[in-house]
Amino acid sequence: MKLIIATIKPFKLEEVREALTEAGVRGMMVTEIKGFGSQSGHTEIYRGAEYAVNFVPKVKIEIVVAASQADQIVEVISKTAQTGKIGDGKIFVLDVQQAVRVRTGETNEDAL
Amino acid sequence: MKLLNTSMAAGALALLPSLALAQDAAAPGFDEIGPYIMTTLLFLVGGFLVFWMAAGFAMLEAGLVRSKNVTMQLTKNIALFSIAAIMYWLVGFNLMYPGDFNGYFAPNFVPTVLEPVGLAAADASLDYASVASDFFFQLMFVAATASIVSGALAERIKLWPFLIFVVVLTGIMYPISGSWQWGGGFLSEMGFSDFAGSTIVHSVGGWAALAGALILGPRLGKYKDGKVNPMPGSNLALATLGTFILWLGWFGFNGGSQLAAGTVGDITDVGRIFANTNMAAASGAVAALILTQVLYQKVDLTMVLNGCLAGLVSITAEPLAPSLFGSLWIGAIGGVIVVFTIPLLDRLKIDDVVGAIPVHLFAGIWGTIAVVFYNSDASLVTQLTGIVAYGVFTFVFAGIVWFVLKAAMGIRVSEEAEITGLDTSELGMEAYPDFSKG
Repeated sequence: MKLIIATIKPFKLEEVREALTEAGVRGMMVTEIKGFGSQSGHTEIYRGAEYAVNFVPKVKIEIVVAASQADQIVEVISKTAQTGKIGDGKIFVLDVQQAVRVRTGETNEDAL
Repeated sequence: MKLLNTSMAAGALALLPSLALAQDAAAPGFDEIGPYIMTTLLFLVGGFLVFWMAAGFAMLEAGLVRSKNVTMQLTKNIALFSIAAIMYWLVGFNLMYPGDFNGYFAPNFVPTVLEPVGLAAADASLDYASVASDFFFQLMFVAATASIVSGALAERIKLWPFLIFVVVLTGIMYPISGSWQWGGGFLSEMGFSDFAGSTIVHSVGGWAALAGALILGPRLGKYKDGKVNPMPGSNLALATLGTFILWLGWFGFNGGSQLAAGTVGDITDVGRIFANTNMAAASGAVAALILTQVLYQKVDLTMVLNGCLAGLVSITAEPLAPSLFGSLWIGAIGGVIVVFTIPLLDRLKIDDVVGAIPVHLFAGIWGTIAVVFYNSDASLVTQLTGIVAYGVFTFVFAGIVWFVLKAAMGIRVSEEAEITGLDTSELGMEAYPDFSKG
């Protein structure tokens, strides 16, 4: 099993969710986050005073899928979330050792 | 209830002279008591509109402070209004209007007394209005002055020293300086002109706030390494609501200050004042809207709100004489003034959380000067004399009070309390307990 962590632009979330559902993903975790990467921050003006916004708002999606599915899912996310402009986000893939469905006690891929 | 019915019946009789049969030949007709009733009504309606400005200030300030200080800001607002109401009864009203009620040489430190219940027409001051309505109306103005101070000093001042300052401001400072003009004092005799209080109410609040802001110092982290760190307000919906409430209340503030409604001329003037007041608010807002877009490439709502209020303050010194176009440009200049002076105060490291000093002091000075453009009785020299007199008296008096309070009990919360937020550190109560701190 693989854990896919993707940070994307918040306005792309709904599109990505639909694409992932079509691709057979049956669950995901979503968190609103702030951070910076190559986009860095930008400046804003409040009551005449300029200030730096060092952290940009993003959405983090976490999905656990069968190892065989991982490449396909990563491709779906990167295709859907892409705008071609700086700040589109990043995707990380990690190994997952174990999964348990709390209600039934099923484990690993049965629990996904 | 019975009492009420009786007096209503008497009122109805008085209003219908044809029903007042032969034996009531002495009862005054509407020609005699009409103006008194209309002016009293003007004070009552104007008074409750100006009262509502207290809600406007509370919402504006609650929206422009950070969420960790909202409960404290609201507490200060209801406390200062209530204290102002009591102090104005205790000494303020009679101190401010010595000529009307006490005579100049009578002791002025006496509480206000109302007319007896069921006043007979023969005993009323038929050329003016009821004392109670006048007291009620004037008391709302002193509360507005105190509200101005609370916004500027938000987020770092201790509750009780602030409230003690409000006692002095509303009981002594404002009534004394107000009497110079509205109480028939020396400025009034010189021909100074300030219709509803650009200087007497707004600049006075602004001067007291400026003295306080200088002595109190800026919020921690506001000015660091030569840079200004903005501290965005917690709720711009509340700030906008507060501005609209103030805008509404201002119709009573300026319109009621006609102080008469019993003739065609007077009530028409009240209508004129309403229209001019509205125009100045609108043009102040539009000026700030356009100017922030041009200067910063983005509109800044908080400055548009300040611009609207600055337009209102600007027209307050002379809301009657100008044409609608006159009100438009006078208000617009008020809006321009705040957009330029808010960053200016930041450069001077004077931390004014809600923009009270630009809106009430700077636009108040502008409005008092602008009187000369449309009111041929006003002279620039006299207007400037009044502005300086109010400035020196209030700034020095307020400065002394703030220094004494600072020495006696300290006026600023501890560093830890300020960072944690005044809501939890001073009150142990949050405005938004379900949300994260900001």
